[in-house]
Amino acid sequence: MIEIAGVSKVFENGTVALEDISAGIAAGEFLALLGPSGCGKSTLLRLLAGLETPTEGAIAWAQGRPKPGEIGFVFQDATLLPWASALDNVMLPLKLLGRARGKAREDAAAALAQVGLAEFLAAKPAALSGGMKMRVSIARALVAKPKILLMDEPFAALDEFTRQSLQEDLRNLWRRSGLTVVFVTHSTYEAAFLASRVLVMSPRPGRIAADFSSTVTGEADRRETPAYGAFVTEMSRRLRAVMPARGEVAA
Amino acid sequence: MSRWVERIAPVGFGVAVLAAWQVAVWATGTPKYVVPGPWDIVTAYLASSGELNAALVSTLTVTFAALAAAAALGVVLAVAMAASVLFRAAIQPWAVALQVTPLVAIAPLIILWVNQAFAALVICATIISFFPILANTAAGLAQTPPALLDLFKLNGASRWQTLMLLRLPSAVPNFLTGLRISGTLALVGAVVAEFVAGSGGFASGLAYRILEAGYRLEIPKMFAAMVLLALAGVAIYAALGGVEYVVLRRRER
Repeated sequence: MIEIAGVSKVFENGTVALEDISAGIAAGEFLALLGPSGCGKSTLLRLLAGLETPTEGAIAWAQGRPKPGEIGFVFQDATLLPWASALDNVMLPLKLLGRARGKAREDAAAALAQVGLAEFLAAKPAALSGGMKMRVSIARALVAKPKILLMDEPFAALDEFTRQSLQEDLRNLWRRSGLTVVFVTHSTYEAAFLASRVLVMSPRPGRIAADFSSTVTGEADRRETPAYGAFVTEMSRRLRAVMPARGEVAA
Repeated sequence: MSRWVERIAPVGFGVAVLAAWQVAVWATGTPKYVVPGPWDIVTAYLASSGELNAALVSTLTVTFAALAAAAALGVVLAVAMAASVLFRAAIQPWAVALQVTPLVAIAPLIILWVNQAFAALVICATIISFFPILANTAAGLAQTPPALLDLFKLNGASRWQTLMLLRLPSAVPNFLTGLRISGTLALVGAVVAEFVAGSGGFASGLAYRILEAGYRLEIPKMFAAMVLLALAGVAIYAALGGVEYVVLRRRER
């Protein structure tokens, strides 16, 4: 679906965020970009979204560059419009894309129902919990039926229980929809639970250190399986190996 | 300290000062054309309340016309400055220069150039009051969350859509702060312009009444006009603060 070929990104201040990244992303896979802070994983996501341009190399899309609305993006924070209701927030992309109002309303209500917020259409962000705000943000990313969903550490700021329930819902959503997801995280547990494939990245400059296909099976007891534990261990070991000597090991 | 005590404190302080003032005037036998007591001021107000109230309405009309003009001018300039780096670079020093030049220095020129008295007063009051709206709105426009700008970009938003649906609504709290500051400045501007114009001969607002009472040594009436101005200033500040509170509370709930 996407071919990343020899991509480097150097920022204006001279920071080398990414160096010679090559990887393919297949349609329908759930790809986690795993690495410590400063490894350029968010930059890679922004390059995929077209929000930044590579300094060197190219990103080729099998079906041509995505048009507006074909990329769903979920940011670290929910980044909702505080003055707009959940429904209006989710309708926003459709409004910007110039879709008919009646249909947009229906689609937005359906997207909110899909993330379990059918009862909260009129609620403004201040009235919603952190987890609910993130659900609205996910509904907003899905409402225009994108070809790919890009997520930048979306659950990092949530508490453990909320995080786990959102992870479960996201995985179910991915399994049902067959959507392609690229998910940036610094948590080996999150990557092991969610992803079908994990790219482990090393910091400064960001490079791909390993490319794992998940062997974890099972859904209901996914976090308790030996394969899950083994995958977490393997990724942690790999991360430790790429970290600078006195650096912290990513959780 | 309870909220109730905090509310009553400014009133209590005011009453105590007025009482002390009245007693001091009585005790020293100061003539009221030098320092009138509070009671002389109230009597003077009641004696010419029609004239003073009309003057207050006239001054407030100039104030609110100027505030509306300042809001429009401030927002339009802030948007233009946010849209174009070149425009910003070209305009910003001039806006600051206009802000720091004392209005009393510019007002005689404006009154000389603009024949229509009301328009001249409004222009003077607008000049002094548009800057806080411009500066605050510009700061609000510059603080639009970058992630939301990215979201708009990903969905192919036009510059107009980004402005109307994101940047301007994001700047509303800053705009309202600017408006509250500008409200009292517009009153100051109206009064300063009236002072300058008053000596040139158009008679209408409270400043003119203050000048006139001064010439005639009607010091209690002069004080009454000043008290009206002070009350008007406090009321404008409180009303705009109330608007700010209500709008911000309502829109996020």
